[in-house]
Amino acid sequence: MTVTTRGPLPSEPYDVTVVGAGVVGCAIARELAGHHPLRIALVEASGDVGDGTSKANTAILHTGFDAVPGSLEARLVREGRRLLAAYAAESGIPVEPVGALLVAWDEEQLAALPSLLKKAEANDYHEARIIGAAEVRSGEPHLGEGALGALEVPGESIICPWTTTLAYATQAVRAGVDLHLNCKVEEVSAPPQPDVPGHHEQPDIPGHHELTTPRGVIRTRHLINAAGLHADALDQLVLGRGEFTVTPRRGQLIVFDKLARDLVNHILLPVPTALGKGVLVSPTVYGNVLLGPTAEDLDDKTATATTRDGLAGLRAKGRRILPSLLDEEVTAVYAGLRAATEHDDYQIHSTPEMRYITVGGIRSTGLTASMAIAEYVVGLLADAAGPDLDLTVAGNLDPVRMPNLGESFPRPYQRADLIATDSAYGSIVCHCERVTRGEIRDALISTVPPGSLDGLRRRTRARGGRCQGFYCGAAVRELFEGWGGSGAAR
Amino acid sequence: MRRQRHVDVLVVGAGPAGLAAAARLSASGAGTVEVLEREARAGGVPRHCRHRGFGRWGVTGPQYAENLVEAALGVGAAVRTGVTATGWDGPLSLDTTGPHGLERITARAVLLATGARERPRTARLVPGTRPAGVFTTGELQQAIHLYGQEIGGRAVVVGAEPVSYEALSALRRAGVRVAALVTEETRAQVGRARATTARLGIAGVPLVTGAVVAELLGRGRLSGVRLRHHDGRQAVLACDTVVFTGDFIPDHELARRGGVSLDPGTRGPAVDGSFRTASPGIFAVGNGVHAAEPARVAAGEGERVAESVGAWLEDAAWPAQAVSLLADAPLRWVAPNRLAPNTPVPRFVLRTTEPLFRPVLEVTQNGRRLHSERVRRRVLPNQGVYLAGGWVGGVDAEGEAVRVAVG
Repeated sequence: MTVTTRGPLPSEPYDVTVVGAGVVGCAIARELAGHHPLRIALVEASGDVGDGTSKANTAILHTGFDAVPGSLEARLVREGRRLLAAYAAESGIPVEPVGALLVAWDEEQLAALPSLLKKAEANDYHEARIIGAAEVRSGEPHLGEGALGALEVPGESIICPWTTTLAYATQAVRAGVDLHLNCKVEEVSAPPQPDVPGHHEQPDIPGHHELTTPRGVIRTRHLINAAGLHADALDQLVLGRGEFTVTPRRGQLIVFDKLARDLVNHILLPVPTALGKGVLVSPTVYGNVLLGPTAEDLDDKTATATTRDGLAGLRAKGRRILPSLLDEEVTAVYAGLRAATEHDDYQIHSTPEMRYITVGGIRSTGLTASMAIAEYVVGLLADAAGPDLDLTVAGNLDPVRMPNLGESFPRPYQRADLIATDSAYGSIVCHCERVTRGEIRDALISTVPPGSLDGLRRRTRARGGRCQGFYCGAAVRELFEGWGGSGAAR
Repeated sequence: MRRQRHVDVLVVGAGPAGLAAAARLSASGAGTVEVLEREARAGGVPRHCRHRGFGRWGVTGPQYAENLVEAALGVGAAVRTGVTATGWDGPLSLDTTGPHGLERITARAVLLATGARERPRTARLVPGTRPAGVFTTGELQQAIHLYGQEIGGRAVVVGAEPVSYEALSALRRAGVRVAALVTEETRAQVGRARATTARLGIAGVPLVTGAVVAELLGRGRLSGVRLRHHDGRQAVLACDTVVFTGDFIPDHELARRGGVSLDPGTRGPAVDGSFRTASPGIFAVGNGVHAAEPARVAAGEGERVAESVGAWLEDAAWPAQAVSLLADAPLRWVAPNRLAPNTPVPRFVLRTTEPLFRPVLEVTQNGRRLHSERVRRRVLPNQGVYLAGGWVGGVDAEGEAVRVAVG
């Protein structure tokens, strides 16, 4: 098992390299790892997997009811939802099928519900139905005044996005994928093309992409671009052109205290209208309530700061939807950048002569679609590579069982059996989130250990609660640094 | 599988209030008294306050904490550390988790002494990035005094109340330069001598008044804070560390999960003069009731609650009803905040959201004035205001809520 964070990179070329260890890149690496005997690298600019867009989203497992019918996105979301739901159950990724309500607050929104229902049907989703104001009220007793009706989508679920990405990466690394972190791709020199003179004179030396990173050069026969916000830039490096431009769309979100959890039963989605999109209110699998996101088109791909106006706007909108939510304490605020493009669909393109596949424009549905995207991309790779890569061998991925971060499943502090075998699971360190010393230790010595306290938080929830470290911050840091900072496994 | 146990009095929280109560209860023959402490060591917040001035002899926080623990253990109270009360199974039954497993402890009386915490940056809705180097005083003191951790090179302290100056001295002890104290108020909320010493002393820390931290800057590590002054001016102060001090809130999760009524002002359990909540058999004391008063106030309440717990164990009598006492703006909260019949209150403690100059506090019920009292000094936000309790006998037990306002 290889996870590297520093030092030189292996000189031996890879068969396939995936650039970007977000939820999509990790899913592709995992899917490829099921097809041995390939040498696969997963290369990531940051110090952790799932450290960009994948860590800061609305954490919903979509049905795809509102996708553009007939689009690639609609198809992959539909398939991906089925695949991920099954995978989550098997791998211990918390999912709660709470269902969604698209609440109509005015006549225009109410009038839009039938066409949304029709769209759901066109997307092969048949469980949605329109419900009246009284039923909305009985399903959501704390809802603000003035709800006129809703579209109920019972299949919408909430999921832990951190565990999903980490499960993919863990399985991939255990199956032999080399994960190289802190490895930003700065330059790419393309492989010689078949029609380039000289290539046929050296048939035994296949051409390689050479990826220049601060840690050295990675050579690979096939290259997959899953660089998210930077997918357009990587296209420029490889192809000198691109089919799309990524415009980061910032979404600010507010996470409310766990004591607010009983205020809401469903994911409350806005009804999209010509006048713009509202915000959602949703429970999280950790037992909090999420309010957001904003949608701000920006130029800066690093602008993950929250703003005064953004937070004030969210609070104003949230007050309309669920007034008592605003009386509760805020546990966290964050902002994520979605990889929006000028197109309405995913931008997945294969350039066989370059042995290159771009997986771009994966918007907020990427978490749901990730496994289907991976299958689709590996299919494209098989077509492009032909006999050059043997992708016919059946996968041999060992099942993975992830630590449970969800409140609807037993957590270690609630399990007498676990504590009896190891008292570290009875020793709560982070009190707000009830994270035990055993869980923190497990994360620090795991296959893909955290490189920072934030990474540890995403793996355990430690320091992620209402006190933000007032009680446990120093103790958690002591455990983290005691295990060698970036994890003893390295 | 949970082990089931029974005790007479179960105290949640081994800070000054809980320990003082346990010691007094055990000494007065209240039966089996057990204190649950979720931290590895008992003592509460004083564990990580290095300064002197605690208790009758003005010892340091850790010494004071140790004395309280010794006193409780010495009279036979059980103090169990590393054990968390995770929820309720019945009106007086608590589920716990500890290294020795899960338990369900049923008591004849439960005393909530869960203390208070500082509201962090997120709860204060301070926008910006999410860098490392953002602290509350509680985390800072533990990092420095309990673990000797590296903090940073240059810090900004948000707040200018006593706890802010404790953060300042902890930072200095850790070798961190302090760029400024920043407060929204017009002046420091500590004695003139202390404020002046900090401003003009060896390190010369400037006090920026009338300003808030409007944004955190920096990726990975904090690089600075953007200040916004009341007049709209903005400025960036470079720093790699920021400490959000004060803005205390009771740690009220267990109370809320148990359906114990909270006071809208303090946001802790609403209690009467005998520290009884609205839930029979459940008492609450200390900074979980009023965040935050000094340790000696919390310990004093712990001593006083012993008598009312003893009475409850004896006769199982609980006031059937009580009248609420509410604080009108600009007063922020008042405690105790339930007025039960035949229950004297030695004094009330209040907080204000605005500076008040020699305010007159007026207590009314049903439009009738019960009491009026002039505070003979200036009162700033975050400072205690005290109100005598002699008037409570005149409250109409059947009447509407009593209000305290600035006349």
